[in-house]
Amino acid sequence: MAVRPKAGGFILRVDPILCDGFGHCHELAPELVQIDEWGYPIIKAAPTPLSDANALESARFAVRGCPRQALRIERTAGSN
Amino acid sequence: MNATLPRVLLGATGRPLTLGEHSSTFDAPLRTSSMFEELEASGLTGRGGGAFPTARKVALLRNQRGHGKVMVVNAMEGEPEAHKDRTLLSTNPHLVLDGAECLAMMIGAKTVAVCVPRDNQTVVHYLKRAIYERSLRTHKGPTFELHAAPWRYVAGEESALVHWLNDNQSLPQYRASKTHVLRVGRGPVLVDNAETCAHVGLIARYGAAWFRELGTDASPGSTLVSLTGAVDRPKVLEVSLGTRLAAILEAGRADPHPQALLTAGYGGTWLAGHHLDLPYANESLGPVGAMVGTGVLVVLPRSGCGLLETKRVVDWMANESARQCGPCAFGLPALAEDLTHLLHARGDGVGVLARLVERCGVIEGRGACRHPDGVVRMVRSALSVFAEDIDRHARGTMCDGARADEHWVTVPSIVHENELVWQ
Repeated sequence: MAVRPKAGGFILRVDPILCDGFGHCHELAPELVQIDEWGYPIIKAAPTPLSDANALESARFAVRGCPRQALRIERTAGSN
Repeated sequence: MNATLPRVLLGATGRPLTLGEHSSTFDAPLRTSSMFEELEASGLTGRGGGAFPTARKVALLRNQRGHGKVMVVNAMEGEPEAHKDRTLLSTNPHLVLDGAECLAMMIGAKTVAVCVPRDNQTVVHYLKRAIYERSLRTHKGPTFELHAAPWRYVAGEESALVHWLNDNQSLPQYRASKTHVLRVGRGPVLVDNAETCAHVGLIARYGAAWFRELGTDASPGSTLVSLTGAVDRPKVLEVSLGTRLAAILEAGRADPHPQALLTAGYGGTWLAGHHLDLPYANESLGPVGAMVGTGVLVVLPRSGCGLLETKRVVDWMANESARQCGPCAFGLPALAEDLTHLLHARGDGVGVLARLVERCGVIEGRGACRHPDGVVRMVRSALSVFAEDIDRHARGTMCDGARADEHWVTVPSIVHENELVWQ
């Protein structure tokens, strides 16, 4: 059976109040998270397609690796 | 009653109207049925800065299930330049409470929480008396509670206010989605500005058609304007939305040819002085990047320095950050530092300017509340409105206004690290 490509995308979201700028998310998901000059994450704002398995996996790593548990993955029902 | 001003400031005598005086000034009885339809037809928008349609907010809360709904009157007025809410409450406190009662009835709330800053004891006393007078009526409405919260810039943000009502901390909360309904305990909360409530109190009496006689189609009604800066004395005016800016300045006896206006307060935007022919309404100010917001207008005369004023405001705003989110806690002081450098630049100004623009882009949209966004918006508008002057500063020549060190925006003195406030 052929694997159906997953529709929709995801965005990594951070709770800015919980975030203390450990920077683990940047280490774990460099393609999604940049770090500003104070060490806080700048997250890619555009949704990433769910079919991008590598990005999704690193996003999951980032969510699990966050010491403050400030990250989560939000599904978007976008066209990509 | 005809379509004249003042509306919400009717009967201003310099002291708050008692309940008896109030009911003879506003003599029509409060409408008891189809209040929501009337509010929807009036097209009233929130006067606290967001200009969100009040009826839509009410509809959202109406559809919420649950007991213990709370109606919150937000008279916190964190904006140092704004004094419209305290003027309103020391003139017509009962009109605000009438409106709050109507809104409470519409959403089915049994409690009305009136929040005022505790540093202004006069207004607290006025409200105490007004609430006591209401408790003596034979007709019992919802229960009124008076809450005197600490005065901070972000304390008036609705999530901070609800946080304060919940556990006595005036700190904004993170909301994952925009439609998140705030709660006190388990009860959903409707937060409305005091001036909005006063308008609701009038709509409940005279109806939507009367309300729409003033203002424009997109933003009907009248609004309170706090006019400060280069005026003979700071004052609150009630104007019809859509009045030309020049007419407002004339009515307030302000400098008729200002260099710029600061609209909507510290989180607002600078508006260049040649836009004075624009009507004062969101739909016409929007295209030039300004807005009505909290109804603040600070007049900056030609002798002033826009960069100096911006720097002073950003200094204060950086200190007012609740220091919860990194981009705000570190970014705003960095912006203030850049602006200070720029003001006293010695040849390195162009690099500092570039860094400032870049930092603005980095900070925007990354806080839990809109506090950093407002500062970024203000800095950006200053960079475009005072572009020539800032360019000269960056090359190392201070303008006369900055050298004279004259101040037009009244920034409160900074109290460092006086944060984390409790009951």
